[in-house]
Amino acid sequence: MQKFKEVFMHIVFLTAAFVSIAAVALICVFLFANGIPAMKEIGFGRFLSGEVWRPSNELYGIWPFILGSIYVTAGALIIGVPIGLLTAIFLAKFCPKGIYKIMKPIISLMAGIPSVVYGFFGMCVLVPLVRRLFGVNGNTMLTASILLGIMILPTIISVSETAIRAVPDKYYQGALALGATHERSVFLTVVPAAKSGIMAGIILGVGRAIGETMAVIMVAGNQPKVPDGLLKGVRTMTANIVMEMGYAADLHREALIATGVVLFVFILIINLLFSILKRRTVL
Amino acid sequence: MDKSILRKRNENDGQEKQIVGINQRRFRQKLAEYKRTPGSLILLILVYLSAILTIASIGFLLVYVLVKGIPNLTPELFKWEYNSENCSMLPALINTVFMTLLSLLVAAPIGIFAAIYLVEYAKKGNKIVGIVRITAETLTGIPSIVYGLFGMLFFVTTLKWKLSLLSGAFTLAIMVLPVIMRTTEEALLAVPNSYREGSFGLGAGKLRTVFKIVLPSAVPGILSGIILATGRIVGETAALIYTAGSVAVVAENVFSSTRTLSVHMYLLSKEGFHTNQAYATAVVLLVLVVLINFASDYIAKKFAADGINSGR
Repeated sequence: MQKFKEVFMHIVFLTAAFVSIAAVALICVFLFANGIPAMKEIGFGRFLSGEVWRPSNELYGIWPFILGSIYVTAGALIIGVPIGLLTAIFLAKFCPKGIYKIMKPIISLMAGIPSVVYGFFGMCVLVPLVRRLFGVNGNTMLTASILLGIMILPTIISVSETAIRAVPDKYYQGALALGATHERSVFLTVVPAAKSGIMAGIILGVGRAIGETMAVIMVAGNQPKVPDGLLKGVRTMTANIVMEMGYAADLHREALIATGVVLFVFILIINLLFSILKRRTVL
Repeated sequence: MDKSILRKRNENDGQEKQIVGINQRRFRQKLAEYKRTPGSLILLILVYLSAILTIASIGFLLVYVLVKGIPNLTPELFKWEYNSENCSMLPALINTVFMTLLSLLVAAPIGIFAAIYLVEYAKKGNKIVGIVRITAETLTGIPSIVYGLFGMLFFVTTLKWKLSLLSGAFTLAIMVLPVIMRTTEEALLAVPNSYREGSFGLGAGKLRTVFKIVLPSAVPGILSGIILATGRIVGETAALIYTAGSVAVVAENVFSSTRTLSVHMYLLSKEGFHTNQAYATAVVLLVLVVLINFASDYIAKKFAADGINSGR
């Protein structure tokens, strides 16, 4: 009886471990099975590089949204990476203990704030701000980039900080002993040594930014056309799915799922890069 | 202070010279050095500026939402029945609790059992372990909208659960599974091997050791992971819109369509007519998430401080 229980529970545990494998497999199967046929029907080339998205005329080109996602993510990186990296350096090498104790929980809280709240904040503060500063409709690529830049800060900060802290103190001390200033030692010896860990953090940030949905929808304007300027509206792949899934049917619906497939492939590539970098460093 | 200052007599002119430890220099000495190395000064300023900017942006967000939202927290918003006039968030709040409990009911046992397998049962070099880790990592990186699409295709359409509490809960359960798995794994790994050896030595079997010795010592770590997962569930929107729907009524059973607080907040702000109510909803959401986060941190810290060392 005891023996049976042992074996039974062993099997239960093993099954539980298989659930995550099954989940990934199911997600792949269902997304690809529903998305690929639509891509075939529309034509891979015309779907991926078509510049016009007009479901009423059976025109399904998601090139504007791919570009939109890439632009907004790049914008978020331009804002988030320098600030995030420097803040991580501050936390690891400049911060007095007392301040660290306050700052660290605040940054982990930043990661926990729901994206709708960020989006709402962007809608009520950033959008009017951009409207007043530049005299345009405030729902722009710039607004979305700033908001996403703030949203990826905690990811970049915490991964980079861990990477910087993992660098042996010898590096820093050696540079100091050679007469370099504190800043020089940190920036020219410690940070370069933490390079691949920092890269991993940035890639994780890219994944967050490209997959972000609600916050982007609320501030980006969402016009379904090729984005043509920092102060123009933009629609990302994620936004496209949420905006139209509510009323889409047939091929339109499948085209939206296919948009999800393209997004999924992007994310898989980013994940792969992340795990390769993570293997190369001690996180 | 005095100890670190070495006084050295210069042999040529007999004057006393101070050599000061680099960590003991005074403000004026630092300033003098920065004058010689302007590059370092610029870097220093940039570092401080970034840190201030980070804190300022999050501080501004918190203060702004709280200041705008708290005056709008009227009793109207907590009426049992929702209608487009009072924008009551109570049904959404209750649905959020249902959704959280149901998702955790699915995800927690699976996550904990999977972690038990990985830590306690799998032998070293087991191929399954590697695959499970990779898939868990993949799940962590998948954006919530992709979960939403999958939930819509699988639970809503294929299993014919319709837009319902159940579809939403299962979608979220897959989403938080890797969080629970990872934290449980870490908590189990932190349990010293001597506990297991002691238990085996007294004649207990594997199963008994796991449930009576290892798991109880790992409870705080596991709990902190589950609370973290709760935070994710409460804040989630994109994965729920097309799996749980947006009906603003307290769910009658697991098959009724519901909206959680985050979805409610999104719909309110999208309409654009009820900005004040949206602010108030944001406050409630924010406070919930802050509390959940700090609870998780607190338990994790307590665990690190005295969980295992106190000796159960």
